[in-house]
Parts: sequence; structure tokens; C-alpha cells
Amino acid sequence: MTLIKETDFGTPESKSEKLVTLTIDGKSVTVPEGTSIMRAAMEAGTEIPKLCATDSIKAFGSCRLCVIEVEGRNGTPASCTTPVAPGISVKTQSPRLAAIRRGVMELYISDHPLDCLTCAANGDCELQDMAGAVGLRDVRYGYEGSNHVFARNQGEANFAWKPKDESNPYFSYDPSKCIVCNRCVRACEEVQGTFALTISGRGFDSRVSAGMDEAFMESECVSCGACVQACPTATLIEKSVIAIGQPEHSEVTTCAYCGVGCTFKAEMRGEEVVRMVPWKDGKANHGHSCIKGRFAYGYAQHGDRILNPMIRETIAEPWREVSWEEAIAFAADRLKATQEKYGKNSVGVITSSRCTNEESYLVQKLARQGFKNNNTDTCARVCHSPTGYGLAQAFGTSAGTQDFDSVDDADVILVMGANPTDAHPVFGSRMKKRLREGAKLIVIDPRRIDLVRSPHVQADYHLPLKPGTNVAMVTALAHVIVTENLVNLDFVKSRCDWDEYQDWAEFVSLSTNSPEALETTLGVPAADVRAAARLYATGGNGAIYYGLGVTEHSQGSTTVMGIANLAMATGNLGRRGVGVNPLRGQNNVQGSCDMGSFPHELPGYRHISNDAAREAFEKDWGVTLDPEPGLRIPNMFDSAIEGTFKGLYVQGEDILQSDPDTRHVARALSNMDIVIVQDLFLVETANYAHVFLPGATFLEKDGTFTNAERRIQRVAKVMRPKNGYADWEVTQLLANKLGLNWNYTHASEIMDEIARLTPSFAGVSFKRLEEDGSVQWPCNEESPHGMPIMHIDGFARGKGKFVVTEYVPTDEKVGPRFPLLLTTGRILSQYNVGAQTRRTENSRWHEEDVLEIHPHDAEDRGVRDGDFVKVASRAGETTLRAKITDRVAPGVVYTTFHHPTTQANVVTTDNSDWATNCPEYKVTAVQISPSNGPTEWQEKYRELSEASRRIAITAAE
Amino acid sequence: MVKVYIPLDMAAVAMGADKLAAAVAKEAAARGENIEIVRNGSRGMLWLEPLIEVETPAGRVGYGPAKVADVASLFDAGFLTGGAHRLAIGKVDDHPWMKRQTRVTFARCGVIDPFSIEEYQAHGGGAGLRRAFEIGPAATIEEVTKSGLRGRGGAGFPTGIKWKTVADAPADRRYVVVNADEGDSGTFADRMIMEGDPLSLIEGMIICGYAINGSKGFVYLRSEYPQAAVIFERAIEVARKAGWLGPNVLGSGFAFDIELRIGAGAYVCGEETSLLESLEGKRGIVRAKPPLPAHVGFFGKPTVVNNVLSMATAPMILEKGSQHYADLGVGRSRGTMPLQIAGNVKYGGLCEVPFGLTLGEIVNDIGGGTKTGRPVRAVQCGGPLGAYLPVSLFDTIFDYEAFAAKDSLIGHGGLVVFDDTVDMSWMARFGMEFCAIESCGKCTPCRIGSTRGVETIDKIRGGVDVDANIELLKDLCHTMKFGSLCALGGFAPYPVESALRHFPEDFRKPALEAAE
Repeated sequence: MTLIKETDFGTPESKSEKLVTLTIDGKSVTVPEGTSIMRAAMEAGTEIPKLCATDSIKAFGSCRLCVIEVEGRNGTPASCTTPVAPGISVKTQSPRLAAIRRGVMELYISDHPLDCLTCAANGDCELQDMAGAVGLRDVRYGYEGSNHVFARNQGEANFAWKPKDESNPYFSYDPSKCIVCNRCVRACEEVQGTFALTISGRGFDSRVSAGMDEAFMESECVSCGACVQACPTATLIEKSVIAIGQPEHSEVTTCAYCGVGCTFKAEMRGEEVVRMVPWKDGKANHGHSCIKGRFAYGYAQHGDRILNPMIRETIAEPWREVSWEEAIAFAADRLKATQEKYGKNSVGVITSSRCTNEESYLVQKLARQGFKNNNTDTCARVCHSPTGYGLAQAFGTSAGTQDFDSVDDADVILVMGANPTDAHPVFGSRMKKRLREGAKLIVIDPRRIDLVRSPHVQADYHLPLKPGTNVAMVTALAHVIVTENLVNLDFVKSRCDWDEYQDWAEFVSLSTNSPEALETTLGVPAADVRAAARLYATGGNGAIYYGLGVTEHSQGSTTVMGIANLAMATGNLGRRGVGVNPLRGQNNVQGSCDMGSFPHELPGYRHISNDAAREAFEKDWGVTLDPEPGLRIPNMFDSAIEGTFKGLYVQGEDILQSDPDTRHVARALSNMDIVIVQDLFLVETANYAHVFLPGATFLEKDGTFTNAERRIQRVAKVMRPKNGYADWEVTQLLANKLGLNWNYTHASEIMDEIARLTPSFAGVSFKRLEEDGSVQWPCNEESPHGMPIMHIDGFARGKGKFVVTEYVPTDEKVGPRFPLLLTTGRILSQYNVGAQTRRTENSRWHEEDVLEIHPHDAEDRGVRDGDFVKVASRAGETTLRAKITDRVAPGVVYTTFHHPTTQANVVTTDNSDWATNCPEYKVTAVQISPSNGPTEWQEKYRELSEASRRIAITAAE
Repeated sequence: MVKVYIPLDMAAVAMGADKLAAAVAKEAAARGENIEIVRNGSRGMLWLEPLIEVETPAGRVGYGPAKVADVASLFDAGFLTGGAHRLAIGKVDDHPWMKRQTRVTFARCGVIDPFSIEEYQAHGGGAGLRRAFEIGPAATIEEVTKSGLRGRGGAGFPTGIKWKTVADAPADRRYVVVNADEGDSGTFADRMIMEGDPLSLIEGMIICGYAINGSKGFVYLRSEYPQAAVIFERAIEVARKAGWLGPNVLGSGFAFDIELRIGAGAYVCGEETSLLESLEGKRGIVRAKPPLPAHVGFFGKPTVVNNVLSMATAPMILEKGSQHYADLGVGRSRGTMPLQIAGNVKYGGLCEVPFGLTLGEIVNDIGGGTKTGRPVRAVQCGGPLGAYLPVSLFDTIFDYEAFAAKDSLIGHGGLVVFDDTVDMSWMARFGMEFCAIESCGKCTPCRIGSTRGVETIDKIRGGVDVDANIELLKDLCHTMKFGSLCALGGFAPYPVESALRHFPEDFRKPALEAAE
């Protein structure tokens, strides 16, 4: 194994289809028009010296090392900024060029420390490489002159010198090593789109500055790491590299955070991760990252990790550390006993959207083959189940229609109920890049998310609708499109069911569905709704991106279908730049759904009542499968409270914290005889568990994740599991103890079984992934390398289906007791329930959940910024600090659910989507009042969780 | 009613023109004289400022330099009827300084009321624009091209070709940008035209906008010209009220408007690409070329960036025809150049002549030699980054090519004269120091090189390893000349190298070496 080094071509790829042939150093080279001479040379195998150029950002032309000579032209132009031209003859080396380059390097080094041997970038420094490449032998200027290197010059204070900025926990900024190549500034602008960095001063005084000469932590910096990656020296460098040293080998793996599915090089020294560097060839992230994937991997080594299996008779007892054999035997015995006592349907599983495809597959297989029931569900239930249902209804597949790259061709981007810059940051940056290029933007969100207005990005229309009125909104948009004759009739006639279209068109055309009629319901001016609808329908390629703000409602599935209707009516499907794109929450939520985790579906979205599909599995697994769907998560809880559901195996999901109405969940769990939690930490759910099986991190196991664009990517084992076993191995131990005789020796064998039994995965194998880097399902004989864009010539289901979307207001209504609407979401630095990110330095950005409240509502209640407030709903109450902001509209409050001490979900209700039971997290009627501190529930819960986390000291110690 | 002209030009104001005008008005009132004071531009004879002109039946006669203390005696001498006075210079048009000029760009400057569109038109203004409307955009560009007009900012790029490039670039909008960031030492022509005949610049911009099918023009003016800003802003209002600007320029159906933007004090923003960055509201740093601003300019759209003089000359070319302009000048340098003579010189000011005079004629005949009366030793041509030319090169013809052949440049037409007391190693140091202070900091040769240049010259002047450091300085000049991104770093070596070449003795002064 070696360190993977991607080729840096210096300037971005040209997308031109026209080819140009030129000669470089006598060699003929043919490249697309618009390619720089630098890149053309690199493609021909000649590396022209460079410092300010790197192929993730546009050419800049500042370092002047890459000068070249073009026959018949004057001067020595920079090869990074000079495009190729047909027939020209380029020389990359001559005495004149060598003299210029050496002269430039001599200047660089005259203002740079000579501490190479003790520098953290030693061995990975482009400045060092270039000094070698140009043959610099002497710096004749001496070191007594003006410089940024020494704190004192000949005894006098040197005001040009600045101390290191160590404020960011993950990287340091040492201005004395800065060569002012601007790569960090440009990466922040062009790649990340945050515009946090600039150059302050001019001329010799020029120096990189975060914000207005602020410390990085105090600036707008979002710590995505793009600047660190772009830096050619040790000026911006990971603190882990300073602490450990340069890595010696690396492996490509996939991030275990959000659904973007960034691929990283895990750069290692032995079994120690030195740093995670986004992989340039990663098709989801193209070499970009966010604070979570790039830096927040420290939880894997956190002291809170539980490495030994534990059991206890009752949840009132302290935990007892036992051997794997004992823990597995205890779990298997109790499961068997429970099924014997309460029947085979009294136990079930919850698969994890954070674990691999292979692991989810095995857990649902355990239920179906081992428990002989279909009681399997997954956390998608509480996030994107309406997507699965809605898109399957409309198009025939339960997934987004595009790849992420498609956004590059979008002309109008409609973002609904999603906050990409916080929750899907790497894709958010991609989207912002396209917006800066001129694409139009419509944001439908009750809250003024960052996309509405951030540097060089501004929404053309922000429709701040009242929470819970999504269906009315999509119908109003459809009303405008149909009644103003903006429908793409050719598309609809050829691709969709015409009768269903006519019914739908008639429905949306009703005057009751006009923006004017719905103005009060939506709380959005009708003129804005009309203008946004016109823009989406007529502005060129229209792409819809949506998130949990669409799905997590009582009419989540209806909205998804309404979105599909809009895309079909305007013909925005089946090509690049358009589509319906759910932004999925967790790293493998797409995959866990694909793997048959739902109680009604076998892997590949085949209904359990489908005889042919069932028979295939029955034959392979040697069992008879129940043709009736099993229990969904909320049904499991309800049945547990009734006393008919008594045992649960939960892999990698903290249902207590993430599911709505925490008290209801707690009652259900405490009513069970056997709760098995497999996780990294003693998560909140483990407070109610009898068996704790230590989990492995994504760094410790092989497998695959599937991201929001259906892209299947490898997860690579870069270290042995600290707990002893990969998660799929643990499931196998349990399965075998239950008598199932599984014999998987590697995750690839599980994928082979999935491919064998699932038509849409038929072509997937670890070998294929190795060759292609990644594939987007469906991957089979028809599309052996996967399918980036779906429904190109026709919908998977045949004709596209228009569904009438009647708006039914949620039962959750504001009234005198609960006059405000609470909606929930996430923040950039924390992930989901925070079990991982809270155990990293990311908490420095977001130490606690806060309640965003509009100044008017705050003043009415005497709430000041930073005050503790109580949030009470029909379901429960909690306290947290208030943050007064006009990002939320009057009447709406907002919080995140990253911290167990606030337990936002104590407040959320058990209302749910009519079709899929996806909880209505986004709408809860609440009242806010000043508070002195934690609520009674919070106090009691804290006591309980302390008590239930006790681990008994064993006699041997 | 007698018309009395007292300039509002900043050079005159700096010498007391405002107070003078007030004093003249007061004195006239006291004496019951019926006069009208017109605040005109400067005629360019700066040693005569403030120059009072009086309209008499015989023509305009001048008195200067006039002070408040001279007002009473002027009235006593009957200056309102051209009476004799110690300050009298006779008919201004007959003054030798004026007589030897061929005023094209500056024909109206100092003659008319800058805010009077009637006077402007009475002196030929507007004829060029009307002709452009008659012959159409393509023929307009053709006229400018045929005139041989080259960019007066210094680079000397053919103006017509630039316009054509912009006109031919496919785009949904195009811009006209005027570079009025006149930062070169010893230059003031842009300021004078903007203060003395702003409407000619406005007309030039409209012609350009029409020719390239652009609807918006910007003037980027340096912040050090507050007077020009006030005057030009007022001139834009005058033009707008007269229907020259707006949605329907002079009833032609062509829409055009102009906005004045003020810089923030960076010399480098006179470089066209950093000017565009600054105009867009960003830090003024140089862009790499290609792409040229003509293709990707202001906010990414094709943009003409022209110097004030180039743009203000366009109306005259259209009015009188390209041939009239092309008939002036020598070689490939056609037309006239408004020379700005400054420094240690007897007659400093603006003198517009056709290309073709020798440097010696300009300095000695027009400038009258040094003000101190000592022998001339060096002349810096083309601003702080121009070469220092010794008297031995005074036979050099003043045109783009001849100067380039002598490793020099005419730049924006500024000349700064030094007498024999000048220390040329100090002047070389100034070249590097200027570059160090004004460098935008983007490219390495300029950013670090200029600072190292100052330090190295200091070592040479201090007698430290003189041979080795002169060698190093020459290498540095080579690196900066061929390695820099723009002309700031690229031309900073010119004063240094020319000083080293023509005045080597100043770098090896015994006195300095003795101090070692």
C-alpha cells in the first residue's frame, strides 16, 4: 500500500468538445479547446513548475513559475493562464525561462523560514519541490531585509510578522510560511463558496486573512478544509499532521456522515489516521469536503467508546462486561424465549442507515430468515420514507432521478424544505457554484436559510410558507403552471398517463387552488408564488432539490408526489440539469432502504407479497417467508406498549433521541424483555437495553454505502476494529447462535448475495467498484456501469403517474395554548443525534441546541437573547436557550436535535405521514415561556441516564 | 457686459483662482462694472495660473499669474478692455506656447464654459456624435481605426481595433469604461480635460457606446481628483438634461448613460484589469490576460477600457474625419500627443503637438530648460516606471516606436525634468520604492522583488559588495521584467536599468564607498 497521490493538472478540465493540437517540447498533444498550456503539458507528461495553480480552482497567474515560450510570440506568458491554440509550438524550458524561475524562487525563499527539517509539511511541500525543480542554490538577498519570518529583526520588533493562529481546533495558520499564492482564498471562494478568506494589505504586506484580520474561529470560516488542502506549504496545515507527521499509506473510503457520500483518502501512519483528505476522483464530492467528513473522525478513538460487550438482567441494574460468547448467548436465548412466550411476531430489528449495505442486508435477513417475520424497519421511516413511497408512485423507483453533477446544467434550482449548506454542505457548495454562474434560485422554506442570501448567492424568490402547508404550495405552483399554459404538453402526452394528467390538471386549476385563494393559508404573497412558478416552468432546465422539510409532515408523501407532478408537467425529467432530487439525510439511508429494511419490501423495493421475489429469497435462504408486511417502527412502539412486541435488535440507530415523542418511545422500550443495542457509544436508547454489543466505526470495516444519488461506494477497513468485530460479523455471530449457519468471511460475499438476489444490483460487486470507483444503481446487464440519470426515455413504471394532491391541514394546529409552530432541523457542525460529532471538537461550533425565535415573539414573552426558555407542546416540554433572530418568521420557532440534554423530540408529537408513518417533526404547536432551568423531565432523564450507564466493576479487577 | 474667464482647473484653484474670482466679482460690483465671470478650464500654461482672460473685440487677452492683490491694479489698468498691465500676456491664442500647438483633443479646453452645452456645440461639439449616428456603428469604428488613434494611457494599442474586438464579441451587454486613474507622476492631461472640457469625454463615450452597442459607461476616476469629480458629475447632469444621455440619446433611439466611480487610492488600479476589479467592488488586483477585457471585462462582459484622452479625441476624429487626424504625426504614431511637461522645468504645462518632435525640442524649446537654470541631466518619460533618458538621447523622436527602441516609453505623455544635481541611484531606488508601495501583491516578482530591489540599491549605495549587488539588481530587473504579471512590476526595472546604463557613476560614488 502506498500513499495515493492524484495528478494535479494545474488548471480545471475544459469541457469543450472541439480538439486542438499543438506541440509542446517537440511532442504533439491534442486537448480540448480552452485547455491551458500547463494542463496540456501535464497530459503529455511534462510538469511545468507551478505554485499558485491547482486544478480545483481557476488559473490565477500569480506565482510566475510556469512561464513558457511560444514560438513566434513575444514574452514569457504564464502557461496556466494561456490557452492552447492550434499549431503553436511551446517550449517549457530554456535558459531564459530557467533564469526567470530561479529568480522568482530566490525571491520566494528570501521571505520564507528555512526550517524545512522541522516543518510539518516536510515531505509534502510544493515550495520545497519547486526550489528543487528550478535548481535554486543560493539566496543572494540575504535574510536581513524586510520579512514576515522573524518576530524581531536585529533586535527591533518586526511588525510584518504575525503569530500563528491556532484558534481552529483542526488546523493552524502560520502567516510566516505564507507565499501569498491565494490558493486558500480561491478555494474558499470557488470550491466552498463561503468567501471567508481574503488577502489583507497589498504589495509586500499582502497576507492571507480570515475575515477582517480575525482569528479563523471568529471569522465566517466553516472549517471545510478546502483552504488547508489547497495550501502548498505548511501555512495552513492539519494539527494532526503537526502532531503525528506525514502519512505513509492511504486508502480510499467513503464518509460516514451525510447522504452526499464524499469519498476520502484515509491517510495513515500504521493504524493511526493522520488525516482524511477528500479524494479528487470521488464522483460525489470531486475533492471537496465539509467540517464533518474532513475533521470530525476523532470519535472513533474517543474514550466513551464501549469496546466490550455488556449485559444486564434488567435495565435498573448496572451493566456487566462479559465475553462476546456470553453476550451473544444471552441475547440469543432471550430472543428465543421471547418468541416462544409471545409468538414469532413479538420480536424485530431496526437496521442502520449509518452501517453498510451489507450490514443492513444481514440485519433484515436476520429478521426474515431467523425470526421468520417481517418486523424490520429502518431510520428512513422517520426521514425519507415518503420519498420512497411518493417517487415509486410517480416514476416507479424510490430514489432521486439525477447524479449530483447534473446540477451543473440546471438553470433554475428549486430548493424546498432542505438546507443544503448546513445538512449537505459539499453538495451545497456545488449548488452555490452553479448559482454564482447565473442559475436562478427559488427557496421554499419557512426559515431564511443561508442559500436565501449569502455571499454572491441570492434567491430570486424565497417563499417563506407556514410550516405544514407544503401541499397547498405545490398545488398553487401547479395551478399557475396549468392555468397559464406553461405545461410541457409534448412531454406529458408522450411520457405520462394522459387521463391521470387531465384529472390532475382539472383539480389544480380549481380557483380554490390559486395562489390568491391560498395566500392566507400559505402566508406568502400570491404574486411571488406566481412568479416562482413561471420561473420554474419557463427558465430552462428546472431542478428540484428537497429534504426533510418536505417529507416529515402529515402529508409528506403527498408533497413528494406533488413535486413529481411539477417536474412531469414541465418536462423537467430524464436529462441532465433537471429532475427530482431528494437530499437524503444519512450516509447510507438510501442503501438501507435499497437493502430491504422496510417491513413490506425485499431488497430492491420488491413488495413482500410479490411471489416471485419471495420465492427467490426462500430458495436461497431455505425458509418460507411471511407474505404479509411486518411492523413499522411506530407500530413496534405501539405494540410494545400494548404488550405484544417484546424484543428488539437495534443496530446503529438512537431511536430514543431521534424518534418523535421521546416519552412514548421510552415507555415502549421499557416494556420490552430484550432490547439489544449495537452501537459505538452508550447512546440514549441503550439506557433501555439489556444487551450492548460494541460497534465498529467506518474506519474499521469493509463494505459499501449508497449515497443520495444512488451511488454505491466502498468503505475500506483501514484499521482493525477496536471492539474486535465488524458490525456484520456481530450480526453473523447472533444469527449463528440462533442457528442460521451463516458463513460470510468478507463483506464482498454479502454483496455477491445481494447482487444474486436483486435485479437492480445484479452487476454490483466489489470488483466492479474497484474498477469503476463507484456505480449508481440500477447496475445490471442493461446498464453495466450504473445509471447517473434515470427515466431518460421512459419512466421505470412505464407512464409517469400524476396524482391529485388534496391539501389536508395537519391536526397539529396552533391555538391559544400553543400559539407558535416549532420546526426542527440541523446545523453544519453537528450530525443527527450528535453521538459522533459531539465527541469531537465540532462541538466548539455548536455547544448546545438553541431555540431560534423572532424578535416580535420574543418581546411578547419577555425573552431576551440567551435566556433559558421552556418549550411546551401537547407531547411534552423541555428547556433550552433562546436565540433571537429574524431568520424565522413571526409565529415560527426553530431548533436542532443534536444534543440529548435538550431532547427536542420530547416536544414533537406522534402525528405522522398518512402513507408511511414518517413523523411530523417539522410542525409542532408550542408555547415558549421564560424558564429558570431544566424541566422536570430533563432532570429525571438525566438521573435515569446516569443510573443506566453504570458499569459494574468486575471481581477480577 | 464683459466676459471674464478665470479657470476652475485644479492647478489654477491651487494657485488661488477661487479667491481671485471672488475678488474680481467683488471689485467689479464695487466699481459698478458689468462683468460675467466664466469659470473655464486651463489653457495649460501652468506657470501663468491663475490666468485671467478677458473677451475683447480684438480677441481674448490674458493676465497671469494673477493674485488677489493684483485685482485692483488690473481694474485700474482697464483690463476689461485689454488695457496694459505688468501681468498682460496679450492675446492668448497668439502666445508662443499656444501658437506652436496643434490642439485637437484640447481644442476647447480653456476656451469654453465646461458646463455650457451651447458653447460646446458652438465649438464643434456634438458634430462627431451626429456623424456617428449617420454613418452607423461599423463605419464609426472604421473611422476611428483609420485615424490611427492609439491608446493614450500608455500602451498605445490601436483604439479602433479594440472597439471592433468588443463590438464583435458575442454578448448580451457590453460596457464602456474610461480609465481616469491618472497616477503617473508629472501627468495631468486627463484631469485637465475632465475639468476643462468634460462634455468631449462624455461625447466620446457615447460614440464608443454606440459603436460597440453598449448601453452603459463608467468613468473610473482617482480619488485624488476631487475637483474633477465634482465637475464631471455636474457635466453628466448637463448632458442628461440636454438629452445626450438617457434612454433616447438625441432622439436617435440609442440608449446610453454614464456613471462616475471614484477609486480608493491605488496606483495599480490604473492598470485596466485591476481597474475593472475595483470597479466591480473588489480588491484592486491585476487579472491575468488572456482573457482580454475586450472579451471578458466588466462583470465578465466585453468591455472597452480606454484612457480619457483616447475617448475624448474620438468626437474630433468623427467630426473632422479620420484623414484629418491621420495626417498629423509620424510613422505609426498618428495624430497629436498632449505632452505634460513637469519637474524642474521653466515652462511647465500641457502642450498638444503632433508626434515627431525630438525630446530635446520638447525639453529645451517648449519647456525652456530647467527652472533652476542649471543644465538638464535626465528626463523621465512616461511616468514613474518610465526610463531616465540622458541629454545624449535628446535627438530621440517623440513617438511610440522610437522611444521603445531606446528601452523607453512615452506612456501617457508625461515628462519630468531633472537638473545636474540629481542623484540617479536615488532615483533608481525611487523606482523600486514606488513599485513596492503600489504593488498589488498578486505576482511574486513585483510583490517581493520591488522590496528586495530597494534593499539591494541601498546596499549598493552603502558600498556593500557593489559589483555583486549590481549583478543581483540586474538579475532582479530581468526577473521582474519578464516574470511580472502586469506593467507595474514589468516596467519598474526601466528607471533602474536606465539609471544603471546611462548614469553608472552614480552607483559608485567615492563618497558613498568611503562611508563603508
